[in-house]
Amino acid sequence: MRWFWIDRFTSFHSGREATAIKNVSLVEEALDDYCLGYPYLPPPLIIEGLAQLGGVLVAEHMNFQKRVVLAKVVRAVFHQLAAPGDQLHYHAVLESVQDEGAMVSCTSKLHEQPQAEIQLMFAFLNENRFGEMPLFKPEELTTMLRLMRFFEVAVDPAGRPLDVTTDRSISPQ
Amino acid sequence: MGHGNQAGMSSEDVFEKVQSALVDALGVEDDEVTPEATLVGDLGAESIDFLDIVFKLEKAFGIQIPREDLSPEDILTNSQYVQDGKVTAQGLTELKRRMPWADLSKFEQNPRVQDFGDLLTVQDMCRYVQSKIGG
Repeated sequence: MRWFWIDRFTSFHSGREATAIKNVSLVEEALDDYCLGYPYLPPPLIIEGLAQLGGVLVAEHMNFQKRVVLAKVVRAVFHQLAAPGDQLHYHAVLESVQDEGAMVSCTSKLHEQPQAEIQLMFAFLNENRFGEMPLFKPEELTTMLRLMRFFEVAVDPAGRPLDVTTDRSISPQ
Repeated sequence: MGHGNQAGMSSEDVFEKVQSALVDALGVEDDEVTPEATLVGDLGAESIDFLDIVFKLEKAFGIQIPREDLSPEDILTNSQYVQDGKVTAQGLTELKRRMPWADLSKFEQNPRVQDFGDLLTVQDMCRYVQSKIGG
């Protein structure tokens, strides 16, 4: 099972905001048992999808040099359920960045109406406490982002397309 | 970044904003956030909540809060300032210099490093913010 809870990036402005689509399908196993006979996308997986979108927004801003993890769901309000056939439009905005983490405000819309409002706090794993193991191999992260068509839409703060790589260890910047 | 200079804000205004930040960050009720309440022991703050509190205070007051301001880990892990699990007199001086807004009088009586985590009160946070906005 692929733990991808967004289907495609639709925009990505480095250090600022990102949008993505999540299609809800009856074929998804996660819908089967959550509420028997009444399939809908479990709200925690909407949070997960927004965390994936927001997490990439934060990680890219940090040049993929920090290990970014979801530390806290600061606020979560759901206005409606997402059923099979629905298409959710996710939006994540980078609110602020600190030495130890970042705050991201997210929304999900369905038919132009608010579906969820979620605020997420991400933390950067500290080497002293959590070792130095990377969370992803760079090529795996690049592949994942490629599958989500990240590089087709992602631009840097000046509006130039981002390089198709997540390995910025030798980045000139 | 910031919301302009907020100097001159009354201590009541500062308390209300700090209270609101703590209510949001910790999921506690308004009346639990008294000036004497400790963030960890009384309000149940966990280590990750401090980052959330920092974000909320930065936004509410338009200030920047460097990590070392609120968590003087470098002092508490420095063998020059700690002996047998207790902060030395020299270490206490250093802590006071770093955190002049914190009430360390109780901690000083038995300055065990392990107790430092539950030291900060709501009032301390208000004084810290006042020191940052020049109130």
